[in-house]
Formats: sequence, C-alpha cells, structure tokens
Amino acid sequence: MKQDRLWRAVTLGPTIGIFLALTVLPIASLVAMSFHDVTWVQGLPRWTYVGFKHLAALPQDYLFHAGILNTLVFALSAVSAQMILGFCLALASSKVSRGQGVYRAIFIAPILVPGIVIGAIWKLMYNYDFGVINQMGGLLGLMPRDWLGQKATALLSVIVVDCWHWTPFCFLLLLAGLESLPQDIYEAGKVDGAGAWGELRYLTIPLMVPTIVVTLIFRMIMAFKVFDEVYLLTGGGPGTATEVISFTIYRRFFTEDRMGYGSAMSIVTLLLIALLIVQATAAARRWGRQP
Amino acid sequence: MRPAAGGRAEAALHGGLTLAATIVLFPFLWITLAAFKTQIALLSGAVTFTPVLSNFRDVLFSKTSEYLHHFVNSAIVGLGSTVGALVVGTLGAWSLRRMRWPYPVSQGLMAWAIVFQMIPPITMVGAWYVMFRTVGLYNTYAGLVLAHLTLNLPLVLWMMSVFVAQVPVELEEAARIDGASTPGLLWRVVVPVIRPGLTACGLLVFILSWNEFAVALNLTAKQTATVPVAIAKYAQEFEIQYTQMAASAVLSIVPALLLLLIGQRHIVRGLTIGAIK
Repeated sequence: MKQDRLWRAVTLGPTIGIFLALTVLPIASLVAMSFHDVTWVQGLPRWTYVGFKHLAALPQDYLFHAGILNTLVFALSAVSAQMILGFCLALASSKVSRGQGVYRAIFIAPILVPGIVIGAIWKLMYNYDFGVINQMGGLLGLMPRDWLGQKATALLSVIVVDCWHWTPFCFLLLLAGLESLPQDIYEAGKVDGAGAWGELRYLTIPLMVPTIVVTLIFRMIMAFKVFDEVYLLTGGGPGTATEVISFTIYRRFFTEDRMGYGSAMSIVTLLLIALLIVQATAAARRWGRQP
Repeated sequence: MRPAAGGRAEAALHGGLTLAATIVLFPFLWITLAAFKTQIALLSGAVTFTPVLSNFRDVLFSKTSEYLHHFVNSAIVGLGSTVGALVVGTLGAWSLRRMRWPYPVSQGLMAWAIVFQMIPPITMVGAWYVMFRTVGLYNTYAGLVLAHLTLNLPLVLWMMSVFVAQVPVELEEAARIDGASTPGLLWRVVVPVIRPGLTACGLLVFILSWNEFAVALNLTAKQTATVPVAIAKYAQEFEIQYTQMAASAVLSIVPALLLLLIGQRHIVRGLTIGAIK
C-alpha cells in the first residue's frame, strides 16, 4: 500500500512538475512582467514596477491592431478554403476504388515539412526574377508581379502557402471521419433512391458534422499561432500587410527587447483567443444540434 | 468499403485527385531541381540545365557552413525531447487511468493539457526566455529539450491515454497477483501492449520537434541553433545564395520523408488519433 502511494507519485509527478514549472509558472510570470519593465543587469533580470503603463499603451499600438486584424482575416479565409478543399479531396479519395493509399501518402507530405522550409521553398517560387510562378504566368501572357512585396497580394500569397501546407491536415482528419461512417445507412439511402447529391446533402454532411467541427476548431487554433511562414516569406510586410499577432509579439518582445510590453501583449492575446474559442465552441455546439 | 462510383465518375475523380497530387508535389520537385542548378542557370530560368552537386557540397562541407552542426543539434533536441515526452507522458497517462486519482486531478490535468495546446508558442517563449536566461538554460540543449518536451507533453498525454486505456485491466491485475512490482508491470505488461501507440506518438512528436521554429529561434544562439533556425537566418542574409538555400531546404526535408516512407501508417494514425480523440 505504501509502495503503491510512492509509485503513484513517481508516475504522475513528472507531468505535474513540468506543467507547474514550465506552463503555469511562465504564464504567471508573463502576467507579472506585464506590470514591469525588465532589463538585464549582469545576466540577471531587473524588474521595475510600472503599473498599468504597458496595458494602457496597447490600444494605441498600430502594430497590435494590424496583427489582430490580419490574424483574423488570415485564419478565417485560409481555414475555410482548406476545409472546403480538404473535404472535396477526402470525399473524392473515399469514393475511388483504387489508389487511395497513394493519394493519401502524397497528400500528407506537406504536413511533415518544417514551416520554415515551406516558407523558403515558396519564397523562391514567388521570386520576381526567376520564380516559377511568374514564369508560368509569363506563359499565359501575364506580367510578372512582386507577389510578396506588394500590399495587394502579400497576404493572399501567404494564405496560398498556408493552404498548400495545411489542406492535407483537413483532408486527413475528414477522410478518417468519412471512413468511420456507418455503411448501412448508405445502403438504406440507396434503397430509398437517393442520388449522389442527395446522399451528400442528407447523409454524409449531417453525419460528418462532429468531425467537421473538430477539424475546424483544431485548424483555427493552429492558424492563430501562425508565425514560421510569415517570418520567412514577408517578415510582416510590406508595411503591415502581413503582420500577424505572433509576429507582432515577437517583434515587440525580442527584436525591440521590450519584455514587459511584449508580456502585456501576450497576456491580452491569450485572453482574446480564449474568448474567441469559447464563443466558437458554443456556436459550433448550437450548429451541431440543429439538423 | 463504399461501392465504387461508375466508370466515368471514377475517371473524373482520379483526374481531380491527380491534379491535387501534382499541386502538392510540384514545389518539392521544383526546389529539388533548383538545388541542382547553378545560380546562373536558376536566374536565367532555363528549362534545360546541367545538374551540379556543388550546392550540396557547399552546404554540407564548405569551411564556413555549419549545416551539419545544426543537423546534429536538431537530432539531439528531437530525440531528447521525444524520449522525454514519451516517458513522462506515458507514465502520467497510465497513472491517471490506473492509479485512482481523484476526479479533479485527472480532469484538471487533461483539461489544462488542451488549454495549453491552444496557447501560441510565441507567448510562452517570452517567459521561458527570461526564466532560462536567469537560471543558465538559455542556449543549451537542455533548455530547448525541456521547451519542446513541454510543448509536446499535452499531445503525448492525450494520445497515450487512449492507448493505455486499451490495455485490458485483467492483464494488469493478473500481473499484480503474480507479484509484479509497478515498474515490472509497466515494462513487461503495459509497454508491450502499447508499443504501436508509442511508435505512432513518437514519430509524430519527433517530427513536431524537428520542424519547430518559433521557440528554437528565441532559446538558441549559434551553437545550439536547429536546422529551421539556420535556414531562416540563411534566408535573411543580404546576398542570398538561392541555390544553396534550395539545397539546404531539400536536405532538411529528408528525415521527414524517410519517416514518411517507413512509418506512413503510424504517422496517419498518430495525426488522426491526436486530433479526433
């Protein structure tokens, strides 16, 4: 019995220890830092209390505004495109009688590649002088464009890269969902004379709602974290055209060495994300209950 | 298996899927070709060119290049954090399932694991940076291993919790009656049963660590920088050697592609279980 108690502590202890020391404590320290100016003196941080200075400055920060706005635009448009594309691909590959394994192996490749490398590849492909995208456009008689350097196309170009990177993820989860649907319902549908469209509209989509909701929420959460591709492709520019919130925090905290202010921004961002997720989950629940 | 669509419909589906597969594969193909070109061949946009190996040679073996060093860094951090996260997370998941922890403890931990997954790493790394620099873990392998372990622990906890629950309780009780100690029970009964789960989870966590950038960027300096950090620095240099950048990109994908070839089944399962359960 005594031994049991020991092993209980030994097995769960490390998890609790890591959660406390490396997740709870850092978040607490972020909260504390957002009321301080932090400077380094001989390798140790010196905290100077500044009250609500940082939090009060946030609403006036144009980069913070741009970061939040762009992240929302980015997440909503990229994720909806990926969900639609991913669903079509999953549906198509669940219907073919041969070659499904090959398609799936190819489609998951982008998920496994480092985001920064995907950024590097596409940065070369978007290149004004020798990039393949301008070359192909040239074949169609289009003028070359500086895709990442122009305000009008920069965010869209980043969204395209994100779709290439993450549509496979939606595809994979939605395919797993499609494959686990009960088959007898489709037999019944056929007996009742449902065509392909009726089958999709009245059987597949309603049955897939839970999977769709989970995939959507997952991808949304991941999209709010976007950093790697933006860092490499545009660095937030031109101007603030592709400034996403993770990049703004990075810039303020690390590049400008304003740790107190960066912490305040981090905490407010966390609160905003929490609010958004609570709202989105509630909305998804309502939607899931409807049909 | 769903009954197959008719002949013409099937052909249309294959057409669409092949188009999608081409779009997925094209960037890989293009960057690989670029890696074999000279700078002049790339800039001139010539379709035909004589392939050269000089880019790979320069990236891997030139005096000024530290690519291999970064590669080793990535491997150390990836292996260290994967093994760490698997051990800590599997023990934790088993404990929560089998050791009769009070409801608030188990539910609280699992819920916190989900909440933590939602937090952008860039917000955590600020706090880690200040903590690690204070205690001397900044720019060390140990620091980045701990950070990656923490980032991936929630995923391991959730995935392994699914697999651990599948170990028959009767099996564990029988081992207990035969006098097995807790470590003996874990090592000889639980681990063999959950081995496929450990493989799937381990592959996924290693790839996540290998690919991670935002945290590695801010917790490492030159000696401990991982491959993504090195590539990002490279891409920002004033005079970019585009073809060398292509070569280093190609080289950095190799481990993931190898893992995909060897363990596609496991990776698919890891990704879907990690998300759905």
